[in-house]
Amino acid sequence: MSKTIALAGNPNTGKTSLFNELTGSNQHVGNWPGVTVERKEGRFRFSGTEVVVVDLPGTYSLGAASLDEQIAADYLLAREDRPDLAVVVADASNIERSLYLAVQVLETGIPLVLALNMMDMAADKGITIDLEKLSSLMGVPVVPTVARRGEGIEKLKETIVASLGQEKPPLSFSLPYGERLAPLLDALESRLEELPEPLAGMRSRTAAVRIVEGDSAILAAVERSGVADELNSLVAEMGGKIEEDLGYDLQTALIERRWGFVSGITAESSRRDLSLKARLSISDRIDRVVTSRWLGLPIFMLVTWAIFWLTYAIGDPLVELLEGTFEGFGEWGGEFLAGAGISEMVSSFVQEGLIGGVGSVIVFFPHIFLLFAFIALLEDSGYMARGAFVMDRVMHLMGLHGKSFIPMLMGFGCNVPSIMATRILEQRRDRMITLLVLPFMSCSARLPVFVLFSGVFFGEYAGTAVFSLYVIGIVVAVLSGKVLGSTLFKGESSQLVMELPPYHVPSPLMVLRHAWERGFLFLRKAGTFILLSVAAVWVLASFPAGVEYASTESFVGRIGQMLAPLLAPAGFGFWQAAVALLFGFLAKEVVVGTLGALLGAGEAGLAAGLPALFSPLSAYAFLIMTLLYVPCVAVVAAFRKETGSWGWTLFMVAYTTLMGYGGAVLVFQVGRLLGLG
Amino acid sequence: MAISYSGCGSGKERALSSLEIGEGGVVSKIAAEGGLKRRILEMGLVPGTQIRMERKAPLNDPISVWFRGYELSLRVDEADAVLIRPSGCAGCSR
Repeated sequence: MSKTIALAGNPNTGKTSLFNELTGSNQHVGNWPGVTVERKEGRFRFSGTEVVVVDLPGTYSLGAASLDEQIAADYLLAREDRPDLAVVVADASNIERSLYLAVQVLETGIPLVLALNMMDMAADKGITIDLEKLSSLMGVPVVPTVARRGEGIEKLKETIVASLGQEKPPLSFSLPYGERLAPLLDALESRLEELPEPLAGMRSRTAAVRIVEGDSAILAAVERSGVADELNSLVAEMGGKIEEDLGYDLQTALIERRWGFVSGITAESSRRDLSLKARLSISDRIDRVVTSRWLGLPIFMLVTWAIFWLTYAIGDPLVELLEGTFEGFGEWGGEFLAGAGISEMVSSFVQEGLIGGVGSVIVFFPHIFLLFAFIALLEDSGYMARGAFVMDRVMHLMGLHGKSFIPMLMGFGCNVPSIMATRILEQRRDRMITLLVLPFMSCSARLPVFVLFSGVFFGEYAGTAVFSLYVIGIVVAVLSGKVLGSTLFKGESSQLVMELPPYHVPSPLMVLRHAWERGFLFLRKAGTFILLSVAAVWVLASFPAGVEYASTESFVGRIGQMLAPLLAPAGFGFWQAAVALLFGFLAKEVVVGTLGALLGAGEAGLAAGLPALFSPLSAYAFLIMTLLYVPCVAVVAAFRKETGSWGWTLFMVAYTTLMGYGGAVLVFQVGRLLGLG
Repeated sequence: MAISYSGCGSGKERALSSLEIGEGGVVSKIAAEGGLKRRILEMGLVPGTQIRMERKAPLNDPISVWFRGYELSLRVDEADAVLIRPSGCAGCSR
């Protein structure tokens, strides 16, 4: 039978490296139930014991301040399926902060092994740790590791398996909360012991501690318990006296005592050679430049611009290569099937629907891979936090977080990788608002439409027209962010409270692994949806049987005719425009090709054909529509995958489409009033 | 609550955000509510913690402080909720 262990630890403690070292390539990536936080699981075997390792999100505590912490806390405190053991990865070069989480995990009653990672960095800092002392003070096994170099991993496995094999769990841990708090905790504990069922499935001591520290989940469980009045009055009575004595509230008192305990252990078990102090300030010296008043913002702009440029400079040729391959493959497949006497319908489906569909999924891979390689580089090196630090003020004015800047900028290239990049945001509010406004950042696929129309209608002002569309996109995104922040997400907290970790050299292997995982996940998760949509549009354009592809008689042509009157207030109430916009859902640049086909002119003849349908004013309204209306199917699929919610996905589709339609109508009607039509 | 800006060593309670770069203090109270308060406390900013203003972002918001061997950044409105008593200009030891 296999055992399950949880891997917990602060961010930036090398937890991911340790997880990789423990489990090798034996990993499975999924999501935590109901949420889109990544859940990694792996396994290893040691002297006959099969161990499943569940990698918890990196957290500083179990206080449920963010989604990540909530997940970690829920998993460790779960009624069922609790892990058999927890490994807390501590940063040996700063054990104090790591031990806070370790102590909280100990309080849940789960057996613990402490992995003291980054021992090499601790040595560089002149920190020596008395491992035996630490182990005896905490009452848990302590294993020193350097995960990046694979040191200490075997010993850690051995210790884990030995702890799992122990018949009886070690004596349950109880933190000394001091003479003031202890009586209250004791009283709560003994009252909770009398309940027929453990409160929220927790040990009574754990529950008592969490009640006093004001954990919202346990307080809700108290309200449901039937003894709420009794427990609350106990806290009010005894707690009131404590608060009076201490001069601050119970929550502060309890967390202060926990930190006091942690500081005590740290002081007793570690020593620091202060003569090495001068060497430490490399991080500080870098920060004096990259967060400085004059250089901080320009450096950040330069870094993000470089990422943007490199992602597309390296990615675009690769995409072209892939597109060419799939096109060639599709044509070859079509010819092959035609030659084999297969009906035109089937070969068209294979060529356009199937091969074209798979191609339209795979072409996103290079950009996603590259962008996530750069993001991993920023996160792993420690610069990401500095970027958020210098940008936060500006982004916060727009109702966003400092880190939102990166996905927003990347959106100008392609919305798909930037939607996925919103994962760098930890709080739901920041992530959701960024996700919802991202589609307004004009991606490069919209540019061919802008360029074509502007060239035809605005002559020497074409450049200004295109530029104005980009600006309008940004303005709509910013205003939407403000509005969403003060309506749908009103009251949801937005916090910074972010560590600026010491810089360190990123591991190339980790960076590539992360990028590969992200790209692969996109193909797996969003691929099906994109493929189905491409196939559905093919069906609409090809049926009823016998019609010319996407002609007036086809389903899509009929839908276009039905929608055309709706588009009349925006100045382009003809079916060709409606069909072009419908096809734009596959990919925005398809709008151009579709119009070319529908006008019977091909893309080259469009310049002559368009003025017959559009006036300059209705052309601009059409561009506003193209800019703002529902992003392409790949963005919708990525959005659905990141939010994990069809409800929010439908909201986004409706919201963007309404903005596009409303914007187009506004431009056309106001323009007409001004006599521009 | 009256916040005094009378400078180092006066021992008057004031907001963390009012410290100059390099100036140190001792946390006396967290005047926030709900999730923010718990987050600040659990990151280690509890009464009695020695703390030093480390740097300020280009637009003076957010700020970054040093305590318990690491550096934490906070928005100014978050740092406003952390009350400290100045402990002199030398700051806490690194």
